[in-house]
Amino acid sequence: MATLTKTNRRDFLKIAGTTAGGLFIGFNWMSCDSPKMEVLSTEEVLANAKNFNSFLSIAPSGDIVIYSPNPELGQNIKTSFPMVVAEELDADWSRVRVLQANLDTDKYERQLTGGSGAMPHSWERLRKAGATAKYLLVAAAAKKWEVSADELNTSEGIIYHKASGKKIGYGEVANDASLLTAPEEITLKDKKDFKIIGTPVKNVDNAAIFTGKPLFGLDFYREGMLHAMIQRAPFGMKIKSIDDAAAKNVTGVKDVITFENSVAVVGTSTWPLMKAKKLLNVEYEPDGKVESSADHDEIFKDLLANGKAEVKREDGNVNTAFKNAAQVVTAEYQCPFLSHSPMEPMNFFAHVEDGSVELIGPTQTPESARGAAAEVTGVAPENISVEITRLGGGFGRRLRADYVSEAVHVSKMMNAPVKLTWSREDDLTGGAYRPSVRYRFEASLDAEGNMTGYKLRGVGMNAGNSTRENNFPSGAVENLLIENVNYNSSITTNAWRAPITNFLAYAEQSFLDEVALAAKKDPVAFRLELMEKAKANPVGGELRYDVDRMIGVTKMAAEKSNWGKNSNVKQGFSVYFSHRTYVAQVADIEMENGTPILKKIHVITDCGMVVNPTGANHQVRGGVVDGMGHAMYGNLTFEGGLPTQTNFDKYRLIRMKEVPAVDTYYVDSGFDPTGLGEPCLPPTGGAIANAIFSATQRRLRSQPFIEQKEFTDLNLGIKRA
Amino acid sequence: MALINLKINGKAHSVDVEEDTPLLWVLRDHLGLVGTKYSCGIAQCGACTVHRNGEAMFSCITPAASLTEDEITTIEGLSEDGDHPVQKAWAEVDVAQCGYCQAGQIMNASAFLKMNPAPSMDEIDEAMNRNICRCGTYHKIREAVAMAAKSE
Repeated sequence: MATLTKTNRRDFLKIAGTTAGGLFIGFNWMSCDSPKMEVLSTEEVLANAKNFNSFLSIAPSGDIVIYSPNPELGQNIKTSFPMVVAEELDADWSRVRVLQANLDTDKYERQLTGGSGAMPHSWERLRKAGATAKYLLVAAAAKKWEVSADELNTSEGIIYHKASGKKIGYGEVANDASLLTAPEEITLKDKKDFKIIGTPVKNVDNAAIFTGKPLFGLDFYREGMLHAMIQRAPFGMKIKSIDDAAAKNVTGVKDVITFENSVAVVGTSTWPLMKAKKLLNVEYEPDGKVESSADHDEIFKDLLANGKAEVKREDGNVNTAFKNAAQVVTAEYQCPFLSHSPMEPMNFFAHVEDGSVELIGPTQTPESARGAAAEVTGVAPENISVEITRLGGGFGRRLRADYVSEAVHVSKMMNAPVKLTWSREDDLTGGAYRPSVRYRFEASLDAEGNMTGYKLRGVGMNAGNSTRENNFPSGAVENLLIENVNYNSSITTNAWRAPITNFLAYAEQSFLDEVALAAKKDPVAFRLELMEKAKANPVGGELRYDVDRMIGVTKMAAEKSNWGKNSNVKQGFSVYFSHRTYVAQVADIEMENGTPILKKIHVITDCGMVVNPTGANHQVRGGVVDGMGHAMYGNLTFEGGLPTQTNFDKYRLIRMKEVPAVDTYYVDSGFDPTGLGEPCLPPTGGAIANAIFSATQRRLRSQPFIEQKEFTDLNLGIKRA
Repeated sequence: MALINLKINGKAHSVDVEEDTPLLWVLRDHLGLVGTKYSCGIAQCGACTVHRNGEAMFSCITPAASLTEDEITTIEGLSEDGDHPVQKAWAEVDVAQCGYCQAGQIMNASAFLKMNPAPSMDEIDEAMNRNICRCGTYHKIREAVAMAAKSE
């Protein structure tokens, strides 16, 4: 059955009512021309194209331009969004070129990369954009041929009239179609008729990426612009005195300026600034809490024992359950701060002029970039433009606009266009980190090994709510208490890929493993038992997860991994729901001459319909590699308000030789697509830790694994199966 | 300041920079060759990899002044139309996520395959271990290097 969706007339007009010309011009170097498309330049296509709505324009040549509104940082949205539009349009994908749209919230509403939310937010509106344009093109052809639109078919950018044998390309009717009135209701395709969605489509920027074209913010250059780098204060400190004489003497340095708690060196190219920054002599003094990691450990212990907790969820009566327990299992888990460390350091171009600001660069939220510039300059938001470059990674770091503010400050003070560049050291020391968190879990078991009570108390450094109280296992346990304690740290923290769950999932799934083993039950069977209970008779109020989908990925994981069927393969299981997507993982450790070798991670994902299988595999494997890398190696410690690890020699990121095989499977659940940028990361640490326990009887309760005493003589090898 | 003569992608360039300026910043800030990336600046991540007389080199720690006798190749000069076997394999396998590290990965892989045209998978892992990909595209990098080796 095709879905008939009622279009909100006003909403549609807002999308459809585009003004011709100028509004969409992104960087001309951001186009994705493949060799096939080199007949016309993108400028030539745009010059003659008719806008059908915010998402697409069609040129008389039949070339189609699709605008991608959301920042692209590797989640592949710049390919998958246009696929959805092109699908409903019945476009010839080889004639589609994709442009990054600039910030325009009137047209696009949600121009944000975060929370794996783009696809669920835009799925229907992208489809409508394509379907509405197709409707108008068909209507124009019907009018031209004086036949009913019902008699016409479309395929790959061509309209056919079977009875007469006539056919015409979209480009030839684009002008007439653009003059017609859009329908109030539009019929969307039946999913089974999809020809583009569900097929592997390559990254539209491949050619530019693989030949080194300037795509990223750091690559931006404008004649006459100045470069800037900034020295920032340690967390909890402020500037006491500045001696900039030596820095100013460096050839290529134009000026050293100070604003707020920052000292900026400004010059004509980057290298002299890197040298000058090292010659700055800035003294700092305390201006709040000057923290160190050793203090944090003590604070965590104290707050777990004595902290005033906020109750996040309470079902039944845990006191009674624990009093009557046959067995109680307790464990504490802790994670360190982490840096986002995208490969492209923070940077932004700003040009403040009288009454306007031009911003160009990598941001996950261009609207915040605009807000930051408005705050610094007092310029009205409508006079601030934001062009979004490709992002060399983000992981949540570029949700903050601190570096945009800095670029604006310097441009304003220097009265010149400025490109601000952070060094890697700036990136690690001036971060906005994944908060450090400690959890205490307690479970009560009855004589039959049923989990009768479950307690979780989380303490986080600026973590907000460090729990996800309406996630599994809530709903499956009669007596449950989930509490949160927040500690206000002077260290800046921020969303980090899969916020909170990037560690909570590991801690919870490791603890549930401990409980299953204490109950003498198979870890998968134990979880399935809980899920069945939540399904049959859910305990308490709101639950965020769909228990059937959780059972679905769990069962498929057991099947695909041959769970428990090969005695030489020691396995660890983990399942987690986050960002609307369900993921189960099994890690396989094989014993070779008594040495445990991590060989493979099986990943079963239910993200609804898979829009682009090649992009999906990227996100699944990338999420697993990221989850594994940070669980194994990631650690950022503080001393006197500053990180101890200031570059990649000390701050360890996972490398090629440390990656096991990752097998990917998808559950075809029939649901509309949900996001994949984050949900595959959270379960990985737990799957690996549980496999390590299965192989070695060592329980890793803190990250990074390599720094735990239980890990030191494990000799864990990693090889792809 | 000193006038430094360099041969990059087959063309002679003359730049007036401080003598300690790393090749990376000469490429990026003075010659507009921004395909070579800055990421760590201390030869740990490989994003800045270029070829010096055909061998992979970290351009972030190598002063341009030390390279006046050498043939330098950057990602922009690896092939005429992006059709070097390694670039073709990268496109075929659809390697990139964010894409920032990939120029460095391609330059490392192409230098490696020139030295070792028929590597084992372990040798590929070893050679590519010096380049970090924060997005975790390692599986596809490995696949693409193996594919390029077969096609060469």
